[in-house]
Amino acid sequence: MSEPLTLAEKLWNDHVVVKGENGAPDLLYIDLHLIHEVTSPQAFDGLRLANRDVRRKDLTIATEDHNTPTIDIHLPIAEPTSRTQVQALRDNTKEFGVRIHSLGDKNQGIVHVVGPQLGLTMPGLTIVCGDSHTSTHGAFGALAMGIGTSEVEHVLATQTLPLKPFKTMAINVEGTLRPGVTAKDIILAVIAKISTGGGQGYVLEYRGSAIRALSMEGRMTICNMSIEAGARAGMVAPDEITFEYLKGRPHAPEGAEWDKAMEYWKTLKTDDDAKFDAEVFIDANTLDPFVTWGTNPGQGVSLLDSVPDPASMTDPAERAAAERALEYMDLQPGTKMKDIAVNTVFLGSCTNARIEDLRAAASIIQGRKKAEGVRMMVVPGSQKVRLQAEEEGLDKIFKEFGAEWRFAGCSMCLGMNPDQLGPGERAASTSNRNFEGRQGKGARTHLVSPLVAAATAIRGTLSSPSDVGL
Amino acid sequence: MERISVFSGIGAPLRRSNVDTDQIIPAVYLKRITKTGFEDGLFAHWRNDEDFVLNQAPYKNAQILIAGSDFGTGSSREHAVWALRDYGFRAVFSSKFADIFRGNSGKQGLIAGVISESDTELLWQAMEANPGMELQVDLPAQEVRFSDTVVPFEIDEYTKWRLMEGLDDIGITLQNEAAIAAYEARRESWRPTTLPAKGV
Ligand code: SF4
Repeated sequence: MSEPLTLAEKLWNDHVVVKGENGAPDLLYIDLHLIHEVTSPQAFDGLRLANRDVRRKDLTIATEDHNTPTIDIHLPIAEPTSRTQVQALRDNTKEFGVRIHSLGDKNQGIVHVVGPQLGLTMPGLTIVCGDSHTSTHGAFGALAMGIGTSEVEHVLATQTLPLKPFKTMAINVEGTLRPGVTAKDIILAVIAKISTGGGQGYVLEYRGSAIRALSMEGRMTICNMSIEAGARAGMVAPDEITFEYLKGRPHAPEGAEWDKAMEYWKTLKTDDDAKFDAEVFIDANTLDPFVTWGTNPGQGVSLLDSVPDPASMTDPAERAAAERALEYMDLQPGTKMKDIAVNTVFLGSCTNARIEDLRAAASIIQGRKKAEGVRMMVVPGSQKVRLQAEEEGLDKIFKEFGAEWRFAGCSMCLGMNPDQLGPGERAASTSNRNFEGRQGKGARTHLVSPLVAAATAIRGTLSSPSDVGL
Repeated sequence: MERISVFSGIGAPLRRSNVDTDQIIPAVYLKRITKTGFEDGLFAHWRNDEDFVLNQAPYKNAQILIAGSDFGTGSSREHAVWALRDYGFRAVFSSKFADIFRGNSGKQGLIAGVISESDTELLWQAMEANPGMELQVDLPAQEVRFSDTVVPFEIDEYTKWRLMEGLDDIGITLQNEAAIAAYEARRESWRPTTLPAKGV
């Protein structure tokens, strides 16, 4: 019998091209390389300078997302840096023969929505992208990691990456979620528990009955935010739900190839007696909707709770961070989370802008009225999601409610395009980062699930679905 | 990348310590989409001052920089190395470098050699007494030389090897070409390809 292994270790071993000796990193093969306009221009330029080509154009795909506008997409991009970066991506992919989905194309969208939607993201792959939320793809039982620009160049040229080994952590989530509680609440609770540095050096594997019960969309939401716990990657072992999601997608294997793949995919789980370097347990039965009060994703509480008092924190670094966060967020300790009023509700990002997220939010707002003075932006994760939502009539529900129905992209998740909050404005956002200034200079962000976002848009203050009768 | 062995070039004395990467290249120069052309950003703030060393005629074409301790601290931007390289520098010497800067240098063919503080002073004085003087850098022997003076420098073995071989990270990986090709030959056929494009 071979040594029992975790899922992450199996994937690693299956991709080693050269085993590193004397502390040198292993050289790993990369199955899929996703590209966008922000982190790729210098990588392509590096290739040009060294007279190198893209080794595997057929394992590479590009889309435009970070900088792209979400209205008037037929007009030239106004902001010069954004326009230059997008144009550079178009020129580079053309020159090197790399497939691209540009603004207006039905497969354009946030890179982490596009991969799964095309059926390119599948179990057993190594997937990289010059973007930290590449961890999203781990939901399929892939080893998916964010990389830097020099690594992008390295993968373009060699289709491999030298990588240092990681440690493994099991995140066990057992039980049944109560109505109104979702994948987003699980991951916010996980990060609050292990802190934003708790996953450093680890690949996280999400396990347990509550994870098994989640849809692929929910699993992607969870894996997406692994990076907010500092982890290298996050993953969920593939199962029937994964295979069902994948089957029939444009790039999914077919016929005999599908059978071969399935044979391998079924081996992709952590062996019963494999050991993790660390384990965490979360009780799904008792979870509430979770929201953040601070300026990092670990500063979160149950929506039924109040803003915590830094004075009650024993760790001086944690206390100082909390004090600073409350000052930036303009919040008083003891304020009930549900009493916090917002200006804006943002439903979007690679965390929560897939079709299921839009359906969930639409189900809550249908037939109701938006709170006076609150702006709601709905930005589908991809053009395909947008089209599907329109087919289902979701766009009408959003528009009747008074929300803005936009084109696909990263949008207000990071405010690289014109979709930004003003100074002092406060948002309930389904994205993944509540950092200072992330959504606009001086902007204040509360991370929430799509259901909480929808309920908040109805009441104008942070609200749970049960507050609006769900 | 070019292989480096022994070369001579004009030395420039940078009498400052704690030169962080924001000083080497300010953030406004980072917006470019190219990997070259950063020479105008090099020490951009200081170059507004006409007394700054690189603004003085003998040092305009300097290739070897002798700086004070703690060079390259602060933000990890690779652009700091690109700016030095694009300006024409082939080597920087200091009694102490920030680790990330030193790592980035090795990857871009820039020597970051560690010399003692007293040798830093010795080189500064020699250059100031004789502006525009050439220094000879001998990477294999790990020496900086001028007239009869020899100043030893430290560089880690691995970086020295890759500079002498002219290898960047990609070049090093490509030495494993046979192993990569063999891996590709045994990759399973069900694994996805992006081309030909489907679902469009
Ligand atoms: S949606 Fe936000 S987190 Fe996701 S890729 Fe875009 S900017 Fe990054």
